[in-house]
Amino acid sequence: MRVPAVVLSLAGLGLTLLPSILLFHGLLGWKAHTQLMFAGMLCWFVFAPLWMKVRPR
Amino acid sequence: MTSVNKAGLTDRLDSLYEFDREPVKERNLQGIGNFIGMYAGEHVAGTEFVIGPLFVIHGITAGDLFLGLAAGNLLAVLSWAFLCAPIAVRTRLTLYWQLRKICGPYLTALYSIVNALMFCFLAGAMIAVSATAVGLPFNMPMPGLNDMYPNSLSWVLIVLLVGLTVTGLAILGFEKFAHFSKVCSPWMFLVFVAAGIAVLPELGCRSAGDFWRVANEKIWTGVPAAGQSKFTFWHVMFFAWFCNMAMHIGMADLSILRFARKWQYGFASVFGMFFGHYAAWICSGILCAAARGSVAPGPIAYLGAGVTGAVCVVVAGWTTANPTLYRAGLALQVATPDWKRWKVTLAAGAVTTVAACFPALVMRLLDFVALYGLVLMPMGAVIFADFWLLPRIGLKSDFSAETGSPLNWAAAVSWLLTLAVLWWLPLELFFKGLPGWFIVVVLYILLSFVQQKRFAPGKVPAEV
Repeated sequence: MRVPAVVLSLAGLGLTLLPSILLFHGLLGWKAHTQLMFAGMLCWFVFAPLWMKVRPR
Repeated sequence: MTSVNKAGLTDRLDSLYEFDREPVKERNLQGIGNFIGMYAGEHVAGTEFVIGPLFVIHGITAGDLFLGLAAGNLLAVLSWAFLCAPIAVRTRLTLYWQLRKICGPYLTALYSIVNALMFCFLAGAMIAVSATAVGLPFNMPMPGLNDMYPNSLSWVLIVLLVGLTVTGLAILGFEKFAHFSKVCSPWMFLVFVAAGIAVLPELGCRSAGDFWRVANEKIWTGVPAAGQSKFTFWHVMFFAWFCNMAMHIGMADLSILRFARKWQYGFASVFGMFFGHYAAWICSGILCAAARGSVAPGPIAYLGAGVTGAVCVVVAGWTTANPTLYRAGLALQVATPDWKRWKVTLAAGAVTTVAACFPALVMRLLDFVALYGLVLMPMGAVIFADFWLLPRIGLKSDFSAETGSPLNWAAAVSWLLTLAVLWWLPLELFFKGLPGWFIVVVLYILLSFVQQKRFAPGKVPAEV
């Protein structure tokens, strides 16, 4: 369960950053960029809490 | 509650920090990875959305910004590594217990209360940051750069709503939210970067080679906004160095770095400084320029990242405000012994929320952050002098613990007199910290000499 959660959450981070690079190079529109970022956000917040450890501060 | 009523100030204070009374045990020491994660997470926060734009409106040039941030952040990392961490790994005590040994309970209580008030205002700024994003769907008029007072009823209502939510969650507990803020950090950093990249084409930057030209001509132009002072390399360097002065030179991070296996773990702060206080400030500055000088965090983040950007502002503000408010409540409990934790946190939340209604708190954030560090820094300088310098000139460290005195007046006078001198010093706020540190150290050594002569052998009272 851990490995798929890590992979999917990292995919979420990828979806957060990569669309902006594609937008910068003119390969993506603003709307698609924001929609992909939104999908990345959902991916990250659904899967990252499943594997990220809590460490005492 | 009867026993609590009867307890003295010392007992009340000690009971709050009872869990951390002993030095950290060998088995509880933590690896470098934990410190990297902690510093990287803590310094990508809601404040970053405000600080980058404020540099833009203060008319910094691109060269001064990039060099000033590099130098200032490097100095901050060195301060953590060479001032705070070496003492942390030798004493392995929290700031509270280190101060308690040196200064006694009364001065430590005063420090806690001042710290709590500063925390309240910091949390207030974060609530205001979140409110700028929550207000977006309601077409709320955003506060302007020169707004000192609330500019609309909708602003007040939304700040009250956000403040109520943050306070409620702080009352409910801390651990789960601390975990949530750790989960948010990597994502928030990437949202900053992505939003900054996404708006570059709007500024005329079509390739990486264009960036420096656009940076100079469109973003950090060197021309301040109307009514704003002009910033130079020195402003940026000193701000980047001292914005966390309470943590490194002020020694608040003794509480963190006492878990480090080696003092070199202080260098882990490089991840917080160069991800958060370098990359994120640059990205939020780009967003401000793309928004034609607007500094309201919600709209500028929406401009670069749509709904995700607005969510990021809410989350960034909330994840900073929530633990800050919790810590303020904890510190204020010193002054309200009969109150339960929830009641103190509620009172702190009320103060914080009222403060957040005033946009001045956000628009003057650079000044507030500099003041926050300056007020708390002297106690870190006292710890430094007490730990390293006093034994070398034949004086005793840990005066209160050694003598049982409830008040180390040498430390108290050094703190208050230094603040008075700094108040009158004809320098801008950002530059006062450096001379201030030397003033405290010299004053503390001289006054300790006088104080310890009073407690020469034979005059030392029995330990409490």
